[in-house]
Amino acid sequence: MKLNLHIWRQKSPNDAGKIVKYEANDISPDMSFLEMLDVLNEQLIEKGEAPIEYDHDCREGICGMCSMVINGVAHGPEKETTTCQLHMRKFKDGDTIYIEPFRAKAFPVVKDLVVDRSAFDRIIQAGGFISANTGNAPDANAIPVSKVIADQAFDAATCIGCGACVAACKNASAMLFVSAKINQFRDLPQGQPERYSRAKSMVEQMDAEGFGACGNQNECEAVCPKGIKVSNISNMIQDYTKSVLATDN
Amino acid sequence: MDLTSHEPTGEISERWDKHRFDMKLVNPANKRKYRVIMVGSGLAGGAGAATMAELGYDVECFCIQDTPRRAHSIAAQGGINAAKNYQNDGDSVYRLFYDTVKGGDFRARESNVYRLAQVSVNIIDQCVAQGVPFARDYGGYLTNRSFGGAQVSRTFYARGQTGQQLLLGAYGALSRQIKAGKVNMHTREEMLELVLVNGQARGIITRNLVTGKLSAWAADAVVLGTGGYGNVFYLSTNAMGSNVTAPFRAYRKGAGFANPCYTQIHPTCIPVSGDHQSKLTLMSESLRNDGRVWVPKTSGDTRRPRDIPETDRDYYLERRYPAFGNLVPRDVASRAAKHECDEGRGVGPGGRGVFLDFADSINRLGKDQVEQRYGNLFQMYERITDDDPYETPMRIYPAVHYTMGGLWVDYNLQSTIPGLHVVGEANFSDHGANRLGASALMQGLADGYFIIPYTIGNYFAHNATPALSTDAPEFKQAMQECENRQKKFLEINGKRTVDSFHRELGKTMWENCGMARNATGLKKGIEHIQGLRAEFWENVKVPGSGAELNSELEMAGRVADFLEFGEVMCRDALNREESCGGHFREEHQTTEGEALRDDENFCYGSVWEYKGYGETPALHKEELHFDYVKLATRSYK
Repeated sequence: MKLNLHIWRQKSPNDAGKIVKYEANDISPDMSFLEMLDVLNEQLIEKGEAPIEYDHDCREGICGMCSMVINGVAHGPEKETTTCQLHMRKFKDGDTIYIEPFRAKAFPVVKDLVVDRSAFDRIIQAGGFISANTGNAPDANAIPVSKVIADQAFDAATCIGCGACVAACKNASAMLFVSAKINQFRDLPQGQPERYSRAKSMVEQMDAEGFGACGNQNECEAVCPKGIKVSNISNMIQDYTKSVLATDN
Repeated sequence: MDLTSHEPTGEISERWDKHRFDMKLVNPANKRKYRVIMVGSGLAGGAGAATMAELGYDVECFCIQDTPRRAHSIAAQGGINAAKNYQNDGDSVYRLFYDTVKGGDFRARESNVYRLAQVSVNIIDQCVAQGVPFARDYGGYLTNRSFGGAQVSRTFYARGQTGQQLLLGAYGALSRQIKAGKVNMHTREEMLELVLVNGQARGIITRNLVTGKLSAWAADAVVLGTGGYGNVFYLSTNAMGSNVTAPFRAYRKGAGFANPCYTQIHPTCIPVSGDHQSKLTLMSESLRNDGRVWVPKTSGDTRRPRDIPETDRDYYLERRYPAFGNLVPRDVASRAAKHECDEGRGVGPGGRGVFLDFADSINRLGKDQVEQRYGNLFQMYERITDDDPYETPMRIYPAVHYTMGGLWVDYNLQSTIPGLHVVGEANFSDHGANRLGASALMQGLADGYFIIPYTIGNYFAHNATPALSTDAPEFKQAMQECENRQKKFLEINGKRTVDSFHRELGKTMWENCGMARNATGLKKGIEHIQGLRAEFWENVKVPGSGAELNSELEMAGRVADFLEFGEVMCRDALNREESCGGHFREEHQTTEGEALRDDENFCYGSVWEYKGYGETPALHKEELHFDYVKLATRSYK
């Protein structure tokens, strides 16, 4: 396959950045999208040009490190698929492909396609956990959890923290991410003691990081590689509202 | 090299209790006066950093990813073992201990393995308390499955992403301590050097991967939880960033490296599709619970798999190992697949693959049940190969997955350098020559949550660590060395990319130090690596500068270390004139092609001591004793 690539190049956070055109030849349809970029990078290095920096690590769709907007869609055209799991057979010979970083005020570009998503870490640090010191735990089966609740918690817990939801949202809202993290614990018996304080501090941190508000257009759900549902957001708003109105936490 | 194991004596079931009592404690008010450096933030590192901080120590934690939640522990799919006996099927701490020693082909330290089995039950409790969503039955209780090589159901799991869920638990605990100010987290910060002062590990040098700035960090102790070195093979199931640099730098500073040749080749991975391949993808071993492995009986059978009748299929694992069938341990399953392919019965491009077939299970359980169990794995397979495993069997082939070798540690997880401790996959301790499925997560969390937090206190209570600043000459010198090395990478300006060296090294390692090894091949491998290494330092091309995000420069450092380390692996494999676990020497096999261990001459852990660049390392031995699990030939027939 032969492809016309238009790739965002930006030397540093303060550089203006621009789209640069490249041609990729001899691309096999069995390559992953990142392997296609590997091939291009190797050619760039051999020519003495600077290779394109992009984040990636596990290449199995689970670490959440890869982050690109491909033809205007975070993680590209395939549903529920991270960039690293996208394969070139989804494209046609001669296609033009635009590749850009995840864009959001709270995700500043570091270089080329690499962005800084440390805002997500700070949201988790604000309370996205159950406070259980090592050694405190009772026997694991002492806390039965109904399968329905456990499965719901799991559905939320599958979030890989990639930030595609933010990149897809025109308000750069992080509500899908934050609500998934809240719902992971919200209905579990272990999550009850901190349920409302957790929602409150995480939402406040989310706002402080400069993420926008939800515009109810569900682009986040559409691009989420793990199929996280927007219904999480209504649960989050419910708990956050209660936490603000309640006087006892 | 002092290889005293410091394991307690007495009845094995009481050793850890006895040791915990014998260890000296640090007064709670004094703990905050100690600073610990933790390199790595996966299951072992993240859990260890969080737990030490909970106890009151000041922790500086480093990772190379943009957030600790991305450590490669996250990719583990199948599950985590624990001797809970929740299924009432006869499991016990002793049985898990027994299975692990036997599964490791009698090349691990009994006391360590017993302790691992003991604390396994606490791990599950801890994770559930953190909200880890393990699979449950309709009554609300935890459910288990049997997993590679075990005849009891002791594996706890969270769909196909147990690793991510356990890591999120540890990351939550870590995040809580970061917020509390007890852990300083440094992301995108890579350890380049270990700093020794008066023989003690007292700090590290790191490079900030965004700005390129080199920094020195001083502490009272250093812990490495940096994972395994499978990427020495270029193609492996490891993440692209996984590397050997931190343990290798420690090795160069005097830490003994144990059993480097013990590599786990995982039997169920998606086969290589072409030269462009950058990594291999694991299909969880749990698939072997419901999938049947087979190849066509005659080589060159090009019919579609569904058109090949039962009579023309060879379910070779069920045939050769009737007792364990498709569930034989990983090393056995991998070698059997290689054997079938070597004999020309392999399937798919290049004949390097075997079928893993779910047709019987789909008939027996229904598609829905199969989907519920393996849905995400089937989806992942289809994405990569464009084949639908509900309709046609998967094609699988073994791939490098895990490394049992690592820095030598004693019972306290301390390396041969005082103050340098090693946890998780980075150490060599518990899996012997072969790791059983669902035991990596167990070991990582055991080391992190329940062992290092105790033993680090014992180290402080026994050893003075005088106040130290990074102005000390040892730090200055280490900084200078890192700067020089980096400058050298950038100045060579040769013709070949870092990746091309890495790929060539990987090919040599796979051919000569892979699933089956022999003396001729290993010697050839060593020679090739030496030549390649020399060429690297003349002809590598690293673009850009050191003062920016430069992933080529990062990789250059890692590949340079792999180029030295690969030779140590080959030397270890050459020395070990026996076949055990993941190490198969073709000269040492039975007439039926099974591994032939030599307990008389090789019942020891090989520990290698660095002797200088390009010099042959020195071999030391830790003799192993088996007082509880009698040395016996593993048989899965």
